[in-house]
Amino acid sequence: MNNILNVSPSPHQQSPETTRKLMYGVVIALLPALAASIYYFGVGAIIVTLTSVFSCVAVEYIVSKYILKVKPSVSDGSAIVTGLLLAFNVPSNLPVHIIIIGAIIAIGVAKMTFGGLGNNPFNPALVGRVFLLISFPVQMTSWPVPSGFKTGYTDAVTGATPLGLLSEGVKNGETVSAIMDKVPSHMQMFYGHMGGSLGEVAALALIIGGIYLLWKKIITWHIPVSILLTVVIFTGILWLADPVKFADPVFHLLTGGLMLGAIYMATDYVTSPMTHKGMIIYGIGIGIITVLIRTFGAYPEGVSFAILIMNAFVPLLNLYIKPRRFGKEVNNG
Amino acid sequence: MFKTFPKGGIHPPDNKLTADKPIMVLPLPSQVTVPVSQHIGAPATPVVEKGTAVKTGQIIALAKGFVSANIHSPVSGKVNKIEPVTDTTGYKQMAVMIDVEGDEWIETIDRTNTLVREVTLTREQIIERCQQCGLVGQGGATFPTHIKLTVPAGKKCDLIIINGVECEPYLTSDHRLMLEKGPEVLTGATIIMKALGVEKAIVGIEANKPDAINHLTVLSKDFKGVTVQPLKVKYPQGGEKQLIKACTGREVPSGGLPLDVGVVVQNVGTAFAVYEAVQKNKPLIERVVTVTGKSVSNPGNFLVRIGTPVTSLIEAAGGMPDDTGKVVNGGPMMGKALAMTDVPVTKGTSGIILFPDDEAHRSEVMPCIRCGKCSSVCAMGLEPYLLAAASEKSMWEKAEKEKITDCMECGACSYICPAKRPLLDYIRLGKTTVMRMARERITK
Amino acid sequence: MSSTVLLTVIMLSVLGLFSAVILYFVAQKFKIIEDPRIDLVTEALPGVNCAGCGFSGCRALAEAIVKSTSFEGLNCPVGGAETMGKVALILGRQPVAVEPKVAVLRCQGSPDNCVRTSFYDGATNCRVAHALYGGNTGCHYGCLGSGDCVISCKFDAMYMDPLTQLPVIIDEKCVSCGACVKACPRNIIELRKRNKKDRKIYVSCVNKDKGGPARKACKVACIGCGKCVKVCPYEAITMADNLAFIDSYKCKLCRKCATECPTAAILEINFPVKEEKPAEPAEAVAN
Repeated sequence: MNNILNVSPSPHQQSPETTRKLMYGVVIALLPALAASIYYFGVGAIIVTLTSVFSCVAVEYIVSKYILKVKPSVSDGSAIVTGLLLAFNVPSNLPVHIIIIGAIIAIGVAKMTFGGLGNNPFNPALVGRVFLLISFPVQMTSWPVPSGFKTGYTDAVTGATPLGLLSEGVKNGETVSAIMDKVPSHMQMFYGHMGGSLGEVAALALIIGGIYLLWKKIITWHIPVSILLTVVIFTGILWLADPVKFADPVFHLLTGGLMLGAIYMATDYVTSPMTHKGMIIYGIGIGIITVLIRTFGAYPEGVSFAILIMNAFVPLLNLYIKPRRFGKEVNNG
Repeated sequence: MFKTFPKGGIHPPDNKLTADKPIMVLPLPSQVTVPVSQHIGAPATPVVEKGTAVKTGQIIALAKGFVSANIHSPVSGKVNKIEPVTDTTGYKQMAVMIDVEGDEWIETIDRTNTLVREVTLTREQIIERCQQCGLVGQGGATFPTHIKLTVPAGKKCDLIIINGVECEPYLTSDHRLMLEKGPEVLTGATIIMKALGVEKAIVGIEANKPDAINHLTVLSKDFKGVTVQPLKVKYPQGGEKQLIKACTGREVPSGGLPLDVGVVVQNVGTAFAVYEAVQKNKPLIERVVTVTGKSVSNPGNFLVRIGTPVTSLIEAAGGMPDDTGKVVNGGPMMGKALAMTDVPVTKGTSGIILFPDDEAHRSEVMPCIRCGKCSSVCAMGLEPYLLAAASEKSMWEKAEKEKITDCMECGACSYICPAKRPLLDYIRLGKTTVMRMARERITK
Repeated sequence: MSSTVLLTVIMLSVLGLFSAVILYFVAQKFKIIEDPRIDLVTEALPGVNCAGCGFSGCRALAEAIVKSTSFEGLNCPVGGAETMGKVALILGRQPVAVEPKVAVLRCQGSPDNCVRTSFYDGATNCRVAHALYGGNTGCHYGCLGSGDCVISCKFDAMYMDPLTQLPVIIDEKCVSCGACVKACPRNIIELRKRNKKDRKIYVSCVNKDKGGPARKACKVACIGCGKCVKVCPYEAITMADNLAFIDSYKCKLCRKCATECPTAAILEINFPVKEEKPAEPAEAVAN
């Protein structure tokens, strides 16, 4: 036998799944939403997405190679996913330099300073988005109306989002039914025909991607279902109590970044709990905080902040919520 | 109704390439190397010396103490030397090397093939016979059988489970044994029932062996108290605790033994060895070994004498393929990789797998992405990412608190990890260190 | 405007004063009466908390030194004679001279000397590899090359040489804290007496197999022939389990054993190169 044999401890087989395949799976799941965003927002969507992805990858490469002096790990695809998600969280007329700043914050500050992939406590795309929202409030809240390729890039025609109309309207004392006449119908919102950030408009496309993720076992049902169910229940209670002041649950499900957040942002592996029980509590927390911010808070949209706040609780959830150990209770067999 | 255990588990591809290859007797080699430690417990003490003539089945090493096993000569011939040789552990162990001359067996062994159903030995005699014949668990753990069949004071046993699951991919020796020696296996089960004083036995078989399930279900009608339980295919269903949970719903307490819930589990191969020992007075000197691999030209299940060099087995399977990158003793999930094939087959060798080079190397290790898959596949409800990180950083108290000693080293966590982190490598290190520290605390 | 500023200043000052008073009383109530010399000695020690002294940290050593009456068994190898001198001054005691040590790797199992017989790609951790099998060479005692020792060194005194796949100890930085000795699962690293100019003579092998298998596995293994034991004029070399061992405290660095060793297992480090002796005196006698 002339072969030099390979020796390692068991197991001697590894599953074919890799980090890269998981990340690219997420990219594929986001493609329907990307297609929808290009359909509704035209050229702007393409420019914003490409800039975001390219900047995120570039920032990770530069920081790894020249500042940390380690082998760049860009090939694992996580920077591409962050780039896509950051793009999906901003309006399609956001100027290029602001996107690049967002990418620097998202990757450079929220991810690389903590040690790169796997070490960041907060969702990088959301940190980038929230930073941009607070630093550039005007550009980050001028939402282009969906008009396909007739839209220019930075000179797109803008209008209010349904949530924005709701929040403004309630503050001005309008009844919810009056506001509902101004916003697109539920069906239109389902397909995405409304103002909003790139990725959040098309609920249908997002759900298709979500089913793909569930089928490929990239995510489990625990986080999306607990977030959406909590929002439905909470807003449902409010709506049933006072339909004049509070919008119906379906409206809340379809508007804002809730679908995007529940399926793609909150399910980020690194910043979500490790156990299923923990995930459900995490999802309930996000749902409650989202509804609180939307209904009683100053911002019309609360998903990004809700997820970031719950990200801070994840280490606590991981510490105290353990899976049931086999043989923990003595069996009387 | 196909049962299984509720939490965790993985589904590696079956690769049962040798499932329909009947058992073939391997011709005797020219020399056998019989290690004196092929079991859990103290190594046996040789009772022969250089030049001694031995017959097949003759005792050549005596068990040392209670937790030990006798070793018998698998061949007839002359003892060549007794010295340390490198064996499957990767280190040198004492072994008796015998030059083979003919195949003369000792007279007390019944070499006929007729089935003997009636069990004339008493309970104590059965256990004594198992001890004399050097029987150890054939599932790979090699725990001395006579100890397992002895119920200590204060514990009760009401059920035995025969483990015909063979959940490891590639291995088919138990499958073939059930198909070709079904009546003997079930008789062995009844002998074990008598030794433990129980009236019920369940034979657990996974659904990827439908022929074995059917065959044994039909046969079991003639065996009082023996039923066959088909199980869904999931790894690590063959682990004692998971098998008990799947078949009966009982959960062995953490740090406890199956006897704590009134069950004793024995492998199908062990049941067969018990039959041969009790009814034919035959010690454990041979076993069925699966030799397999995607590039192997003649994979099969071979009945081979203990001490045969693994090289002979590989030759019988068509020789080592040119593209071989790794040789594993056992299954791909829990087996041991061999650095050289010039090692002997022992009582615990259930299979030899030859992996082609493109499947023989571990992938590059990436950072942990905290996906939690390792924890969701852990059948013992542990958190492998935490245990591996604690072991790597030498945080032994934390590892002990997180129940690292519950780990049964099945390898499901390392298998499923997308970042290809060597989780089990570190958990094993942590486990041995924590157990050593616990022993030192007791002795202080 | 100025009244706001004045009010703020007064408010904060009062708050600060109030807090200071509370803190003072609390500090007094919960004060631990301790020998003040412990703090002084702790200051003098290096403060690395490497446990090289055998205690859990610098403060623990300081407590032990202050509580005992002599320096018996209490020495900081990192700080060395200078630090112990300072400590002795603080306590008014005579310092005990402790001979400095240095860590030495007793293995030359590079790929050139020791042929690789298998390829290991488990976790990069020597303890894991050691528990798995004898190693990727024919020698089951030698260095596994995964660098547990390098990681354990807190003084940057070790690095892994990629060509020889063996760790290298930087003599100038080594403080003989013993961390690498504990980290190695095969006890290949030894703390030996440090000589002037960092000269060393040692048997760079830990193989306990008989000569034949040892030599077969590694070109420069110690085969247990015993020639070094016979030639040493100071009886500094002992043989046990087919392996020679040179006691660094008895060795006078005469280098006779290194010349005798047939496999070059004994290394002489930092000595000047030996010149060839001229053959003339023997011929002169013959004439």
